[in-house]
Amino acid sequence: MTEKKHIFSILVDNQPGVLSRIAGLFSGRGYNIESLCVAETIDPAISRITMVTMGDTQIIEQIKKQLFKLINVIKVYDLTDERSIQRELILIKVSAKANHRAEILRIVDIFRAKVVDVGSDHYTIEVTGTEDKIDAIITLLKPMGIKNITRSGRIALLREPKQ
Amino acid sequence: MELTGAQILMRAFKEEGVDTIFGYPGGAVLDFYDELSRTDFKHILVRHEQGAVHAADGYARASGKVGVCLVTSGPGATNTVTGIASANMDSIPLVVVTGQVPSALIGNDAFQEVDIVGITRPCTKHNYLVKNIKDLARIVKEAFYIARSGRPGPVLIDIPKDVANSKAIYDAPDTISLRSYNPTYEPNLRQLQKVIELIKNSRKPIIFAGGGIILSRASDALIEFSHRTKIPVTASLMGLGAFPGTDPLWLGMPGMHGTFRANMSIGEADLMIAAGVRFDDRVTGKVQEFAKHAEIVHIDIDPTSIHKNIPVAVPVVGDCKITLTHLNNLIHKVKLGDLDEIRKPWLEKIRKWKETTPLKYIQNGLIKPQFVVEKIYELTKGEAIITTEVGQNQMWAAQYYHFDKPNHFISSGGLGCMGFGLPAAIGAQVACPTKTVIDIAGDGSIQMNSQEFATAVQFNLPVKIAILNNGFLGMVRQWQELFYKKNYSWTNMNFAPDFVKLAEAYGAVGLRATQSSEVEPVIREALSIPRPVIMDFRVEQEENVYPMVPSGAAITNMILV
Repeated sequence: MTEKKHIFSILVDNQPGVLSRIAGLFSGRGYNIESLCVAETIDPAISRITMVTMGDTQIIEQIKKQLFKLINVIKVYDLTDERSIQRELILIKVSAKANHRAEILRIVDIFRAKVVDVGSDHYTIEVTGTEDKIDAIITLLKPMGIKNITRSGRIALLREPKQ
Repeated sequence: MELTGAQILMRAFKEEGVDTIFGYPGGAVLDFYDELSRTDFKHILVRHEQGAVHAADGYARASGKVGVCLVTSGPGATNTVTGIASANMDSIPLVVVTGQVPSALIGNDAFQEVDIVGITRPCTKHNYLVKNIKDLARIVKEAFYIARSGRPGPVLIDIPKDVANSKAIYDAPDTISLRSYNPTYEPNLRQLQKVIELIKNSRKPIIFAGGGIILSRASDALIEFSHRTKIPVTASLMGLGAFPGTDPLWLGMPGMHGTFRANMSIGEADLMIAAGVRFDDRVTGKVQEFAKHAEIVHIDIDPTSIHKNIPVAVPVVGDCKITLTHLNNLIHKVKLGDLDEIRKPWLEKIRKWKETTPLKYIQNGLIKPQFVVEKIYELTKGEAIITTEVGQNQMWAAQYYHFDKPNHFISSGGLGCMGFGLPAAIGAQVACPTKTVIDIAGDGSIQMNSQEFATAVQFNLPVKIAILNNGFLGMVRQWQELFYKKNYSWTNMNFAPDFVKLAEAYGAVGLRATQSSEVEPVIREALSIPRPVIMDFRVEQEENVYPMVPSGAAITNMILV
């Protein structure tokens, strides 16, 4: 069976220890977490965890069921094959020597990214987008010398059905 | 009126119908113990907290109620972990209350502080740290609800000392409703129609029953289902007693030490109706070969059990009793034809397997452990509650004591926890004071919790311990003999206490049999003594459990006597 990336959106009770239950489930059963993003929803009693994981069909089915079995988990959505909006935020600190500055700004423009901090020899760039877009800008900026990167991990929401 | 945390806990226990608490006092639970002395709960003072949890486990299995433990923080709490893990694997409803250091000290590495909620997260069904006394009554109610509903399991509540001794109004909801926890009891009826169709078309069907039948009290429904459809039944270790061991349709236990006919039936079956099982590796052997000709129907209340180890054709999520009752009603309405005629070739084949290759052992003048279990079965008329330790003793008990009723075989199945049998027997005896309760033990495992013999004597619990004393860690030795060229690395227990004197030291009775002829008189005498008794049977040292399926092999590939 082939492994495939899956993106889960998990609604949980907003209580201490819940994230640890989920992380423990993954480590205890040998599943992988590729990225993880947690924050409160509009209802302060509920948090949303967006998680990217890998596995074949059988593993993914187990992950879904095991997650749902946790007492504090309210809902588990697999957004992988659903119509959903998926975004990731990334901050890139790239070295900006005089001869590269213009080129970097052009790339920033093309990707509709933003320069959020400027120094004498660097730019910090903020990019939001899909994984593909983010990978593409990283590839383009690499030759300039990337000093540091931080990625938020994917977040996602289901699209509303079209009227 | 405001109550202290300790009073709230006691009142919550009362409201949940608790009558017995297995526990051990300590600094962080002083307030609870102080309050306990003013209640009418029966408290069984164990000698080690692991014993408290196993005893509560035995109590829960014998009575069908939730077992309750009360222990202190730190080492008291960590000592419960093995017991909790065992109950979790076997889906036994427990509520374990641990004391905790005062809230203000949590995280400071205080004396006897341990993060027991963190430690037990993966081995409980759920757990709680009570941070605010206002939540205490609700949490205890939730804990009992979670422990006993759906697929049961142990729930731990960690209560800091300041919560125990501060005051609040008793505030618990009338009913528990959790938006994130709603077990599915009612099966999908369309799936059940498929099951009926499969039964109609099947020529070699079998039923595979497990602990879920016992937990959901589905034995009667199972018996009716099997008798109506004339389908033979095998049951996992956890399911022994779910179907009568003396019924003509009984196949015996399957798996690594299963009967020849059970394993062969699984190998040949064209339909397997599995209910309340989780297809443990000790049952399936090589999964690709397991029931490979069969369409598998899997009934279980826990969706994670389905498709976990074995792919199935018809998954049915639901309570075993409710599901089997539905199936029985459906069967009423369909024509299954002349079942006596239809089943004849299949049942005939099974009868031949039983005839040619029964469970057996060879008598040679020495005491055979199987013979001891057979004699216990005979002399207790099959009516005793049997607990076991883990290893050869457990397998011989499972093979040679033919359980006719549920809740009579109590063993650490999933975790395989040595030291389980004696405290579990104590718990079962507390639950069923008039029953004969016997722990079938080995000389190795009895030493893991033999301190609980003091508990049995102190509380006049007349449990009987039958030690199949072979001077070895027998099951491990058996593997070394068969798969490690007889290299008996550290399985030879050269030294053991004199178990007769040990019994006497505790103020109980010790008996010994060194020859076959002494076995029956020793058991008879033990059964006639209304006090705890240790029976030391000096059995053949290198006897093996057969049949045996080598680890990872297909279960039809058995080593026979």
